Amino acid sequence: MEVIKQLRIATRNCGFIDPENIEDYFAERGYEALANALVSGSPAQVIEEMKRSGLRGRGGGGFPTGLKWQYAAGNTADQKYVVCNADEGDPGAFMDRAVLEGDPHSVVEAMAICGYAIGATRGVVYIRAEYPLAIKRLQKAIDDARGYGLLGTDILGTGFVFDIELKYGAGAFVCGEETALIRSMEGNRGEPYTKPPFPANSGYWHKPTVVNNVETFANIPAILIKGAEWFASIGTEKSKGTKVFALAGKIRNVGLIEVPMGTTLKEVIFEIGCGCPGNKKFKAVQTGGPSGGALTNSDLDVPIDYDNLIAKGSMMGSGGMIVMDEDTCMVDFAKFFLEFTMDETCGKCTPCRIGSRRLHEMLERITLGKGCEDDIDKLKMLANTIKDTALCGLGQTMPNPVLSTIDSFMDEYRAHVIDHKCPAGVCSKLLEIRILPEKCVGCTLCARICPVNCISGKIRETHVIDREVCIKCGACIDKCKFGAIVKV
Amino acid sequence: MPRIANVDQLKKMRDEARMKRAKLVSEKVIVNVSLATCGIASGGEKVMAAMQAEVKKQGLGNVVFLTTGCMTYCHSEPTVQVCLPGKKPVVFGKLDEVSARRLVENYIVKGEPVGTVIPVNYVRVTL
Repeated sequence: MEVIKQLRIATRNCGFIDPENIEDYFAERGYEALANALVSGSPAQVIEEMKRSGLRGRGGGGFPTGLKWQYAAGNTADQKYVVCNADEGDPGAFMDRAVLEGDPHSVVEAMAICGYAIGATRGVVYIRAEYPLAIKRLQKAIDDARGYGLLGTDILGTGFVFDIELKYGAGAFVCGEETALIRSMEGNRGEPYTKPPFPANSGYWHKPTVVNNVETFANIPAILIKGAEWFASIGTEKSKGTKVFALAGKIRNVGLIEVPMGTTLKEVIFEIGCGCPGNKKFKAVQTGGPSGGALTNSDLDVPIDYDNLIAKGSMMGSGGMIVMDEDTCMVDFAKFFLEFTMDETCGKCTPCRIGSRRLHEMLERITLGKGCEDDIDKLKMLANTIKDTALCGLGQTMPNPVLSTIDSFMDEYRAHVIDHKCPAGVCSKLLEIRILPEKCVGCTLCARICPVNCISGKIRETHVIDREVCIKCGACIDKCKFGAIVKV
Repeated sequence: MPRIANVDQLKKMRDEARMKRAKLVSEKVIVNVSLATCGIASGGEKVMAAMQAEVKKQGLGNVVFLTTGCMTYCHSEPTVQVCLPGKKPVVFGKLDEVSARRLVENYIVKGEPVGTVIPVNYVRVTL
């Protein structure tokens, strides 16, 4: 029998309860963690429990949640804030959406618990406007909780006051960075600022603010009900609990998975994901979205946790996992992510604004076959400079896809700049599609399906492709029944 | 909406919700339809409507349709989970309007699994 690898804590209710029915959440001991904290635990005890659990931020940074709460709790202020970062923007990531659409009350409850622990009475969820259903369900959860007296004033007769409002993100990736998020919530441009001051000291409206990610919050009611020891018994030495990943790309079982920290990439990709479709060979997996790096065959036995992924030149990130098979060109892949970050840089700091553009230009040149050997060193130098000098997390991690692919796929970069060939057959300017005369039987099929009519030849005679006109779409290769057309 | 005034009332709400659900599960056929953004986009609502129409056509009075969020099986959407009284829930995937009707005919009426059955490959933490 198949060994079960997945353990669902943050997604414990997703797909099992009606997210729009608060009674379903009550049946899962909903709001009991909050009730227990309010009635029998002091804020300091809640923070202590969070610290002992070892929970670290699931948005990607991996900062210990209990410690963050402790810092905010230690500050005195007339108002403090709890902010939920639901601005999930990584390409191919959808963990937070699933939690918000499947189990919104767990986030609402955890925010209230955080409010109690740090002494805040107001919570704000910064959620991207592109998630209308998540917004609708979360708003209903907040309204229902308020109706039952689980938000608002005198919660559960304890005198505790806490309420939550929603703020919508307008679709800027950088607003997932906590300082840019705070700026955006205040109605300013979503631009990050240098830390310190950390939000726990001076955040939203310059008040002590805890910013936690959706998945982090979703873990909290389970931790408080089942106990910190239970949570800390799952995972690795420094990374406790589970992590939700969105498995996407060239993988058979595309989907959302939740595995204990310390699960290996091999288990995730080959046992849960069942490998690449079409019997293609696995080539690499990108963790951490545009901020992470490509991990390869040699990294498959690495137990996934925050520190191991950083040691391998990638990062945990929020949980996007994009799998690539042998047909992926790694230069083109790095270019794709750079194009994304180049579009999404806020422009405040020079290394990120101009550096991303220059990196992208160099990659573009290489994929067009105009690169030279020096380009690889230049790419590396610029990437490291950006890493060291950019203002916020977006800029500092943006070169990771370039550096990690150069590191692991130097051969492929060299093939592009020296031989002007794309080994994976992706970069169309470096390709040529040829008909093999010894195999061609002259059936005319390729000539009939070619969208630009660049194949000519008489019936039962070898056909030829007009290289000047060919757009290298590969339609003829797919259709040829004799394997007579190849990419070279 | 009744305001929950204290912890005891909250626990009472929990017990009532659990009893209500246990009663439902023991008496009715429960069809959970995965309707998050992804499930809706892949046709989950059409599948639900087709199943409801078939249930009506067959004159089945003991089938209850509920909606849930993401069931995490992107590779096989749309998905529904069917729980026959006294049996373990089974998740069916890759449904369309035709196979949804077949699911009612074969599984709900006769208890014979049909189409793509998705095995349970996780441990769910319950509180």
